[in-house]
Parts: sequence; structure tokens; C-alpha cells
Amino acid sequence: MSAIAIEKNSVLDIAAVIQSSVNQFPILKDQRNDALAQFQKLGLPSAKQEEFKHTPITRLLEKNFDFKLANQKSEITNIDQFAIPTLEANVVFFVNGLFSKERSSIISSETEISILSLEEAVEKKSEVVLAHISKYIDLKTDAFANWNTAAWRSGLFVHVPANSKVETPIVVYHIHDASNGQVISHNRNLIILEEGSSVSIVEKYDSVEKSNHFSNAVTEAVVAKNAELNLYAIQNDLNNRFQYGLTQIYQSDSSRVNTFTFSLSGKLIRNNLHLTLDGENIESHMYGLYLLENDTLTDNHTVVDHRKPNSFSNELYKGIMDGSSKGIFNGKIYVRPQAQKTNAFQSNKNILLTDNAGINTKPQLEIWADDVKCSHGCTSGELDEEALFYLRSRGISKETSQAMMLYAFAGELLDSVKHPAIKNYLDQIISERLHKDF
Amino acid sequence: MSKDNQVLEEFTSKEYEHGWITNIESDSAPKGLNEDIVRFISAKKNEPQWMLDWRLDAYRKWTKMKEPVWANVHYPKINYQDIIYYSAPKQSDKSKKLEDIDPELIKTFERLGISLTEQKRLSGIAVDAVIDSVSVGTTFKETLGEMGIIFCSFSEAVLNHPELVKKYMGSVVPVNDNYFAALNSAVFTDGSFCYIPKGVRCPMELSTYFRINAANTGQFERTLIVADEGSYVSYLEGCTAPMRDENQLHAAVVEIYAMKDAQVKYSTVQNWYPGDKNGKGGIYNFVTKRGLCFGDNSKISWTQVETGSAITWKYPSCILKGDNSMGEFYSVAVTNNYQQADTGTKMIHIGKNTKSRIVSKGISAGHSQNSYRGQVHIMKRASNARNFSQCDSLLMGDQCGAHTFPYIDVENSSARIEHEATTSKIGEDQIFYCLQRGIDEESAVALIVNGYAKEVLNQLPMEFAVEAQKLLALTLEGSVG
Amino acid sequence: MLSIKNLQAKIGDNQILNGINLEIKPGEVHAIMGPNGSGKSTLASVLAGREEYEVTEGEVEFLGKNLLEMAPEVRAREGVFLAFQYPIEIPGVSTINFMKTAVNQIRAHRGLQSLDAVSFLGLMKERMKLVEIDQSLLSRSLNEGFSGGEKKRNEIFQMAMLEPKLAILDETDSGLDIDALKIVSNGVNKLRNKSNAVIVVTHYQRLLDYIVPDYVHVLYKGKIVKSGTKDLALELEAKGYDWIKDEVAVEL
Repeated sequence: MSAIAIEKNSVLDIAAVIQSSVNQFPILKDQRNDALAQFQKLGLPSAKQEEFKHTPITRLLEKNFDFKLANQKSEITNIDQFAIPTLEANVVFFVNGLFSKERSSIISSETEISILSLEEAVEKKSEVVLAHISKYIDLKTDAFANWNTAAWRSGLFVHVPANSKVETPIVVYHIHDASNGQVISHNRNLIILEEGSSVSIVEKYDSVEKSNHFSNAVTEAVVAKNAELNLYAIQNDLNNRFQYGLTQIYQSDSSRVNTFTFSLSGKLIRNNLHLTLDGENIESHMYGLYLLENDTLTDNHTVVDHRKPNSFSNELYKGIMDGSSKGIFNGKIYVRPQAQKTNAFQSNKNILLTDNAGINTKPQLEIWADDVKCSHGCTSGELDEEALFYLRSRGISKETSQAMMLYAFAGELLDSVKHPAIKNYLDQIISERLHKDF
Repeated sequence: MSKDNQVLEEFTSKEYEHGWITNIESDSAPKGLNEDIVRFISAKKNEPQWMLDWRLDAYRKWTKMKEPVWANVHYPKINYQDIIYYSAPKQSDKSKKLEDIDPELIKTFERLGISLTEQKRLSGIAVDAVIDSVSVGTTFKETLGEMGIIFCSFSEAVLNHPELVKKYMGSVVPVNDNYFAALNSAVFTDGSFCYIPKGVRCPMELSTYFRINAANTGQFERTLIVADEGSYVSYLEGCTAPMRDENQLHAAVVEIYAMKDAQVKYSTVQNWYPGDKNGKGGIYNFVTKRGLCFGDNSKISWTQVETGSAITWKYPSCILKGDNSMGEFYSVAVTNNYQQADTGTKMIHIGKNTKSRIVSKGISAGHSQNSYRGQVHIMKRASNARNFSQCDSLLMGDQCGAHTFPYIDVENSSARIEHEATTSKIGEDQIFYCLQRGIDEESAVALIVNGYAKEVLNQLPMEFAVEAQKLLALTLEGSVG
Repeated sequence: MLSIKNLQAKIGDNQILNGINLEIKPGEVHAIMGPNGSGKSTLASVLAGREEYEVTEGEVEFLGKNLLEMAPEVRAREGVFLAFQYPIEIPGVSTINFMKTAVNQIRAHRGLQSLDAVSFLGLMKERMKLVEIDQSLLSRSLNEGFSGGEKKRNEIFQMAMLEPKLAILDETDSGLDIDALKIVSNGVNKLRNKSNAVIVVTHYQRLLDYIVPDYVHVLYKGKIVKSGTKDLALELEAKGYDWIKDEVAVEL
């Protein structure tokens, strides 16, 4: 059988499963049916497509999943192991993609913030949901986004009213219980920050047991004038996680967004992070760290789209590749013709620890305005020999010297995390991974 | 007089200065492309059977290929059946002695500043002059011949040095490398061939001057440079075309083969007709240039100043196969009005301790779009490879675009790669400083742009550097104020 | 303490040291002078164990052990300290953390317990005074954004922390103004005692006004061509290096 025939089959299998739930939310019926049709038209991306050049996601998914299967019931109990210690937070749990009310606990008041499952919000807050859902993501070319749009059954809905500064962060645990076979989930999240509000959200991805599991998640965030969003993704799933995540953030005047993407484990992780800066005096920071080992692959595709004048964006992504792992970075900066006086900076730095590891990086600038300051830089290399010698000449062993330098390299990203409990938690994982013994 | 002053003096002229047409009779193939046209071209050139077979093979491969669409350029679909694939100035005698060349042709090249006649030749440069599809004359052939250097038209090389042509043609750019290279392989009409023997340092610059004259023709020339062990050559290429309303296709192939310890420096000043202010006409410049550093310690250096063409699609590249070999790419690409350029390089590091350096300066003005596209690939075996890339873009006005698409692929941990890119505009304070010293705004821009591009211009041989500076200024004519 | 016999070394294909002989006893200060490119810094680097240099001949014995066989960190733990001519900037590694790691690994090598945080800070505060260095500097990333003087002072601070038996000061005076020079020299002098030794590598006599040497050696083309007392340094200051070159040329 030819490869094309196999591909068509998997699309058919997926479409058949979607069909069973496509009409689940009456007010979203058209949107979901359109998305299904578009998904069938696009098919899963081939390795020839520029955006998937180094990430054979379709081949790996087809090899590792049976799309016809439904998820098994989960009886998972021990979920405390995934918690971030000492962090006081609003906690939201999703198990195998479905909202778990009994495990979630919201401590902030309802006047301060509404935190619901998206399926509940579709019923109770349909106006707000309809005003935003699928308005910002690319449904023309992104097959996975269409798949999610047509297939999602559960997700997170956050609505922060004007001028509400929410001090207690939200931690969203996406748990896959892979003890009874494969899991496929499609979470759909909608985060709305009204004028002058602020909130921090941590998305954490974990699993139990060894079956393959795939998460195709879409998050849309709308950050209104003067609002501030801090969005953390902690990807440290030691099991067989495959993930395609699209996070689309839409920013208005004078808003601030800080994103932190820590990819520390996972078989195949593809993060699409898109920031649309549709206002003036916006400030956006995107931080990313990927520490890869064994045969894992992490692919960060980011887009910063400057559409209006006088905004600032800064992106710093760093990676350390060990074993036969592979890192991929593609960072696009667009500066549209009206976006004069834009300042946009991007930096991607990589260290390869073995010759079986690899990095493919493509920092990309597309500028249509002349009065701008934009730059990108990227490097790949091993640890600086001079610096290693300096450390060793002070009596520090070679191994410790290397660990010190790797930790310092990664530490720049840890420093960007301001929340103490989150920072400590990440510090612990990273220290252990980099064999910090000093 | 300083270089800068010369630039300023030339800066008053307003139009593309090489836009005139020579009235010579030409001998052409009918429009369109099929196997018979390929046979026609081959027969016109009295080629041996192996050459015809090679062309036909390329043609068949081409018919199965698709025109690439990944570049950041937009143009109406090219009708490949609406192009004349062979056009040659009619010459009474095939003997190709320089004395026998049609005086009109000699005049043509003299207007371009290239003299083919004995008395007026540029002293340090040997020239192969190519008009439309064929080479019309090569200077200093005998002088070079004494040192064992072969420098002649490609057609002559096919007839006189078949063993060299057979061995190296297609060895760096395979027939089916890409759509335009396959097309060229099928229908190429002439070009230059150059062989530098072992240990010989070529005493003068070798140069090919390309001129498109006839209407509706495509130009498909092919250049092959083979540098044997320990040799050195510096090669220059210049190009112009008349102003015509239709777009004309130029699909060339350049191959460089450098053996152990050999060094080749290839410089281009590309000034094909860019089309008029409204984007009408101009050359589609779809060119494949590649060098193979086959031997250890070999070095290939590309320098290009791209000011012309409606569309440029060109990536002079280096395959660094030999250990310790080195590749360089220095580029200035200026686009104005509705020009589109998608240009850059590939540095493929295969051997150990290989080094590459990329310096690209893009300048966009008017409604033009200027893209840098480059790849640095460090293969697994290439331990201690080094690359440094600097890609800067300068924007003039808010109707143009600057794009940077660098691909960096690293498979060896001891490799060190550094890539930097910036985008900026000419500083108002810089312009004001010049104005305050009595320099008008356009001249100020020319001065600043030349300064911006200096690192690249410095790589050019002297005669070319002056011309390149003038060209930069001319291309940006009318882009400020 | 240190015995160098016929030491020859090269980097790549460049032979730089051509047979150095030198004996240093505890309590001594040796100055090594010479024109640019004579091999002074190479000698310092070879003794500290920089891996780019290949020792092609000769022996170096340090406190009865073969120094050349040791990894750079083992040399440091045995008591060799190199004050770098160009101290390295390491972003993300604070000087405090760096020193704490070094001190404790050296202590472990000598069979001593690790210092706890309190005793370490105490030790640090005490040694900071010696070189008049500010704590805020030490909380920052190692040498990052330090001025030339601050970097050199940080080197001497590290020397104070690690208490080496043999300190090699590689062009420590370069890039220092007179005040910084005094502070740095004072620090070194306070650290001198009967059981340790110092090698001062310098191009100029200036530093030797403050760190007074017992012996002065002139290095030229990778060999010690002249040895003497402090007066030799003064003579060099007055006459330059040319007369040495001439003398060597005559001898050859």
C-alpha cells in the first residue's frame, strides 16, 4: 500500500471519530463542521511542508496511534505527585482531556475571576465564548487546530473582569492516564483578560504509565488594554507523550504578556506559540528552555506579529541537547507596514552535548516597516573551553565545571521566572537534570 | 580623485544606462522548447553526440520537474513555449578570431566599457564576451595558454577539451539539481570554461561579460571553473541587458571545482535590466551557482553585488568536502521600485575543521522586497566546523520589505555557529550630519549605503569596486525624499 | 618547591618554549620578564595545564610530584594558582558560588570537611578586606561586565581564598592604573609567607616596585637568557630589551 493511502486512512479514521461529537455544542455547530471539513481537506501535514520539515509528526502519530480507538476510563488516584510544592493556587484538573470537577479547587472569589470548564461556559457564558472562540487561530492552514476545533469536548475557560488583579495563580494539570492503553485528548482553552486585569496561569503536562498518549491542545488568550498575562508551560512528562500545542495570544494597547515554555521531557513536543501585537506600547517577552535527552524531540515554532507602532517584543530560547535528541527552533518576527518604531529582538542559543544530538534552527525576520529596530541572533556550540579551563584552574573538577556552566546557561531562563514557588520547582528539576552538585 | 567623489559625479544620471539595443542581425531558433530545439541548438554548435545525449537527458528530466514556489518572489507564470532558446549574432566567419568580429559587436562591448580589441584591452583582465546565446570573443587566450591555463568559450571547450568537460560538467550542479538548472542543462548555449593547472597562480583576473540583446530570448549560459591542486584564480562576471517591456529569462549555471589547496574567488556585479519604475519588464534572474571544495585546504569565495533584475533567485553556495576547506559569501543586494530579490547562500560542511563566513547586506527601497535565504549545515563528520554569519537589512521607505530566512542545521557538537541579523534604517542623524556638511540628501544616502556595504565591496577587485559603488547609488536613485 | 627542567612546549606547529630551566624555593618571589612573544604567558599556561599547549620535552616537579601529569583542577588542588592575564567572563555563575565550589573541592582533595555557608561567608568577608573588593561585585556573574581593575582584583581575591603554595601572576599589572596596581600588589604582599612562592610574569618593571622579587629572569625566544636580582629589572627598564637580544645574537 502506498504512503498516501495510509495517510488518507488516518484522516478518515479521525474524521469518523470527530463526526460522533461534532454537533455536541449546538451554538458551535457550524464552526465545528467547517473545521471538520477543512481538516479533511488539509489532511495531516506531510514532512515536505516547510513548517514540519524536521518534525515528522504525522509519521510518528500514525506509527504509534490507532485513531479509531476511544480513550479508556481512568481510575487514577495518586495525582498529588504532580503538584508544585508550596504553591497556593487555583487548581484545575483535566484527566484524559476531560475536566475533573472533584479534583479541582478554586480559591479565588467569583467576583475576582471566573474559572470554569469551557463546556460549562458554552452553556452559561455563551456570549463571551462566541465572541472569542476560534477568532484568533489560523484555521486556513493548521490541520491540528481544525482537528481540535471540531473535536474538543472539554477545556478551561478563564475570564478576568476589568481591573481585577488576580494574585493567586491558576495551575492547570493535564494528566493522561495511559495505564489502560493509548490516550488522545483535545483540550480547548479560552482565556480572556479584560482591561487592566492580570493573572498568571501554569499549564502542566503529566501522565501515568507507559502507553502512548497524544495531546492536541489549543489555547486562545485575549489580553485587553493594560492587562497582563503570565503564561507558563511546564512540559516534563517522562512517559510517552506526543503533543501538538497551539497557543494564540491576541494583545491590545499597553498590554503585557510573558510566556515561559519549559520543555524538559516528552517524546515529541511541538509548541506553536503565536503572539499578535495588535496595539501600541505593548510589551511581550517569550522565554523558552528545552533540555532534551535520549531520543526525544522538541520543536518550538513561535510567531510575533507586530501590527501596530511602538511596541516591544523580546524572545529568548535556549536548548541543551543530549543523547540522540533533536531540538528545533523556528522563530518568526513579522513587522507589518504600519508598525513603525517597533523594537523586536530574538535570541536562540544551543549546546549540543553529543554528536548524535542535533539542532535545526531558523530565526526568521520579515519586516515591512523602515523605522524599526529588529535583530536576531542564534548560536550553536559546545561549552566554552576557555571558561572550562578557568573553572578547573581553581580546583573544580571537570564534571562540576561542566555542570556549573550548563546550569548557568539554563539559569538565565530560570532568572526570568519571578514567581518563587514556580521558580523553585523548576530549579529543582533543572538542577537534577544537569547534575548540579555545587 | 577618491572613489566616493567618482560615485557622486556619476550620481546625476537618471536611468538604467545600459538599456540600449544593438542593431545586429541575429540567427535564432523558432520560439518554444521541445527535443527538436535541443537538437537544433546542439547541431548549431556542431556538438559531439555525447553532448547532445547529455542535453536530451536533461530535457527529459526537466519535463518531469516542477518550477519551485518556495522563494519569496511573485511573478506571472512563465510560458516556456514563448521563449526563443537560441539567438546568436550573425557572423560571416565561424573562425572566431578577434579581428574578425563584427565591428558592431565590438562597439557594443566598448559602450559597456569592455574592449575586445588589442589596443584598448584592460591590462589585467582577460575577457570572454557573451552576447545573447554565444561567446563572441575571448581575449588573452594565448598569453594564458602559455601557462597551461585554458580560458575559452564553453562551446570551444566541448570541442577542444572534451575530456575535461565530460569529467566536471554536472559534477557540482547535477542535471536534475533544480528546475532551472535542468532547463539550463538542456538548452545552454554558451558560457565560459576555465581550467587552471596544478600549482599555477593565474596572473590576471578572468572575466566573462554577459549581454542580452535580442528580444524574447532567454539566456542560458554555463560556466565551469576547474582549479587543479594548489592553483589560484580570481574570476569576474558582469551582466547587462537592454530595456524592454517584456520580462526576459536568464537561467545560468556556474560550477566551480576546487582541488587540494586550490583557491577560487568569484565576483559578480549583476546589473541586468531591473524593469521600469512601475515594475514593467526586466530580467528574471534564476541562477544556480555552486562551488565544491573537493580537496583539503581548498577555498572558494563568492562576492556578489546584485543591483539589477526584476527578480533574482540565486544562492551561490559552497560544499566544503575537503578537510580544512573554507567557503565565503559576501553579498550586497539592492532592490528598488518593484524589484524582488531572494538570494543568499548554502554552506554545507562535510569535512573536518571546515570554515565558512557569510556577510550579507540587503538594501530595500521603493516597493521592493528583499530576502536573504541561507543555509548552514554542519554534517555529523564535520568536527570543529566554524561558521559566522552576519545578515543585515537596511530599509528605505515604508513600502518595501526585508526578509531573513536563515536555516541552521547542526549535527556535530564541536561545531560552533554564530548567526546575527539586524534590520535598521539609515539614521536621520547620519543624514543630518552629511547635510550639515553641505552634502545633498541623495548623495548622503549614497555615501552611507556605500559605507554600510563596504565590508562586501572591499572583497571586489579594484575595477569592479568602483563600478559597484556607482551601481548602488544609481539603483537607489529617487528612493529618498 | 618547583623544579622546571628543559621544558619545551608548542601550540599547533609553533614551538614556543625551547628548554626552560628554573628552580623555585618556598618563600621566594621570581619575576619573569621579556619582550612580547618571548613565551612568558605560555610558560604560565603550561604550568597551569592549559590543554592547547603540548609539552614536547622536559619535566616539571612540584612539591615532589610530576606536575605535567595532573589535570588542571588537580594542579590547583595541589596548590598552583594562576592569576589570568585575561580573566574569563562566565555569565550566570556568581563569584560566590564559584569560590564556594572551588574551596570545598580543594578541601575535599586535602581530606578536609566542606565549609558550611556561615564559615564560608566568614572566610570570604575576611579575605575581601585583603584586596579591598566589594561584596556586591562578588554576587554578580563571574567577571561579567567587570572593569579591567575589578577583574584583576577578583583574581587576587580568589588567590586569597584558595591559599596556593605557588601563585603565578600573569601580567597582572596590564591594564591597571597606579591606584589599582597598589591595591593588587598590597593584596599579594599580605599573602606572602615563608612557605609559599610567587612567580610574577610581567613586561614592565613597574609592578616589581611593589612586589619585590628575589630573582629576575629574562625570557627570550622561549629560553631564559639571563638571570639576576632586582637590579636586572631596573637595567631592563633603563635600557629596554634590545641589548639582551643583541647579547643573545652574539652568543649564538
